[in-house]
Amino acid sequence: MSKLVIAGREFNSRLFLGTGKFDSNALMEASIKASCTEMVTVAMKRIELEDKNDDMLKHIVSQNIQLLPNTSGVRDAEEAVFAAQMAREAFGTNWLKLEIHPDPRYLLPDSVETLKATEKLVKLGFVVLPYCQADPTLCKRLEEAGAATVMPLGAPIGTNKGLQTRDFLRIIIEQANIPVVVDAGIGAPSHAAEAMEMGASACLVNTAIAVAGDPVAMAVAFKQAVEAGRMAYEAGLGTQADNFVAEASSPLTSFLND
Amino acid sequence: MFSDELLKIDWDETTAKIAAKTDADVRRALSKEHCDVEDFMALISPAATPYLETMARLSKKYTEERFGKTISMFIPLYITNSCTNSCVYCGFHISNPMARTILTPEQCEDEYKAIKKLGPFENLLIVTGENPAKAGVPYIAKALDIAKKYFSNLKIEVMPLSTEEYAELTKHGMNGVICFQETYNRANYNIYHPKGMKSKFEWRCNGFDRMGQAGVHSIGMGVLIGLEKEWRTDITMMAYHLRYLQKHYWKTKYSVNFPRMRPAENGGFQPNCIMSDKELAQVTFAMRIFDHDVDISYSTREPAFIRDNMACLGVTTMSAESKTEPGGYYTYPEALEQFHVNDDRTAVEINARLKELGREPVWKDWDSSFDELKLQKD
Repeated sequence: MSKLVIAGREFNSRLFLGTGKFDSNALMEASIKASCTEMVTVAMKRIELEDKNDDMLKHIVSQNIQLLPNTSGVRDAEEAVFAAQMAREAFGTNWLKLEIHPDPRYLLPDSVETLKATEKLVKLGFVVLPYCQADPTLCKRLEEAGAATVMPLGAPIGTNKGLQTRDFLRIIIEQANIPVVVDAGIGAPSHAAEAMEMGASACLVNTAIAVAGDPVAMAVAFKQAVEAGRMAYEAGLGTQADNFVAEASSPLTSFLND
Repeated sequence: MFSDELLKIDWDETTAKIAAKTDADVRRALSKEHCDVEDFMALISPAATPYLETMARLSKKYTEERFGKTISMFIPLYITNSCTNSCVYCGFHISNPMARTILTPEQCEDEYKAIKKLGPFENLLIVTGENPAKAGVPYIAKALDIAKKYFSNLKIEVMPLSTEEYAELTKHGMNGVICFQETYNRANYNIYHPKGMKSKFEWRCNGFDRMGQAGVHSIGMGVLIGLEKEWRTDITMMAYHLRYLQKHYWKTKYSVNFPRMRPAENGGFQPNCIMSDKELAQVTFAMRIFDHDVDISYSTREPAFIRDNMACLGVTTMSAESKTEPGGYYTYPEALEQFHVNDDRTAVEINARLKELGREPVWKDWDSSFDELKLQKD
């Protein structure tokens, strides 16, 4: 399995984890460890920014892990830029998962504000990983604005519905010159494997692990699914159904000379 | 720039890969809705020849899904055959002791008027040789300025230009650029293009990046079949190039051409390979299966029966009633042509035949008011 490279940093794991919705920080930590992830996103609103001994953060921070603060809670580009600067100060990293969802019900990303914020944050020196709609044109615009990855959604966040946007994800993956991380909606290891088989660079999973009967075991299941999907993609998938046989008659091509 | 990408793709390795493609590889490619370049290699390989009919069926299906039954019609106009290059296969070769013509603006206008009498042409392709001193960008700009009055969509097929020059010509109404790399085989390129600006492989190859950077709307690509014996490798390189351009200049529309050289009857350059009709059809179908959206263009180099049949199976753009000598429509109907035209039917005849075949020839698919708008915004 090839290594994933984002903004010059290498990752051995192509599974990213979110940190919401766990029963306890201890269980979250165990799940993170079991998943072997090297990128964990955390909502800056959840952290006591003044407190160096914040309990949640203690359970995440480790040498192998790239901490990815996210701006969950902000409603427009201006708020996002402000939050990003706070996060950089507090977490000591310029990596940022940009999330702008003014809609509190479905938490759907605001495309216009996300693009605006990406443009500003890149200029301010951030490594920006924007959570976005599975909109191929938007993804190209984010790439042009200097985003380090794009993180299109597979389905509305928290729904566990899998790759409802697969036709658009396919186009995004085909066109992208930066890693494509499928974020939101991945509810089962098979969904993650499907995304990876399609050529996604990584998957970000939170709810499906956090609310599983056994989050630690589910973290392992996702680890293996992501690896299996990636390996299948790199190996070149075989024929699914062999519908194409040579045809005895040639009504369309009989005009051709030998 | 694509020349850097090309360094990573070994010519001989690619040739070997194509030759090693198996029946299973072909079946896998045919079963996929979205093929990659590896699949494309399988589809143009000898292993795919038993599947020609299946490929035709798929190519027809994808073409009709994307383009319906339309065929976009255009006409080329050579405004000069003055050229400082010495391409060994070209009639406009610098050492060829022929009379050289650079049409005056007035003569260009006569040609435009003459073309409008042939058919309802709105898509014009302006062609030149390479002589920047005598027929450079200002000359081309002038030809475009006048052409705008007669045609709604203007493309050029001229020497590779700088990004700024492409941007400048866009301001004069240029909507697209056609440029054939001729061959992607760096090692042999200079055998065919020994002197002049065209001998600079990277300048030509990266011209497509410059077009993309200048925001050119439509880019036409092509490999000249007859230069490299391993034409399958050459076409594979073009497939890589197409994918590269689509990824980097995603707002541009692309077209591909597979111009075939014929054996020369009067001595001159003999092609190193001859692509059969079946092979041309296979490559065309493979390109359509590989890319459902790319425009596939056949010129009047191809005989009428090939063009008519292929117009129903994958080809989406055609020229008609072309003259390949400068001023050939009005000013100098007897001048020396660049290459021989095999389909010499009139535009009216071709139009009627395409309709008989259930195709819809499209003459106008652009409006110059869009260009005006863009200029105002800039």
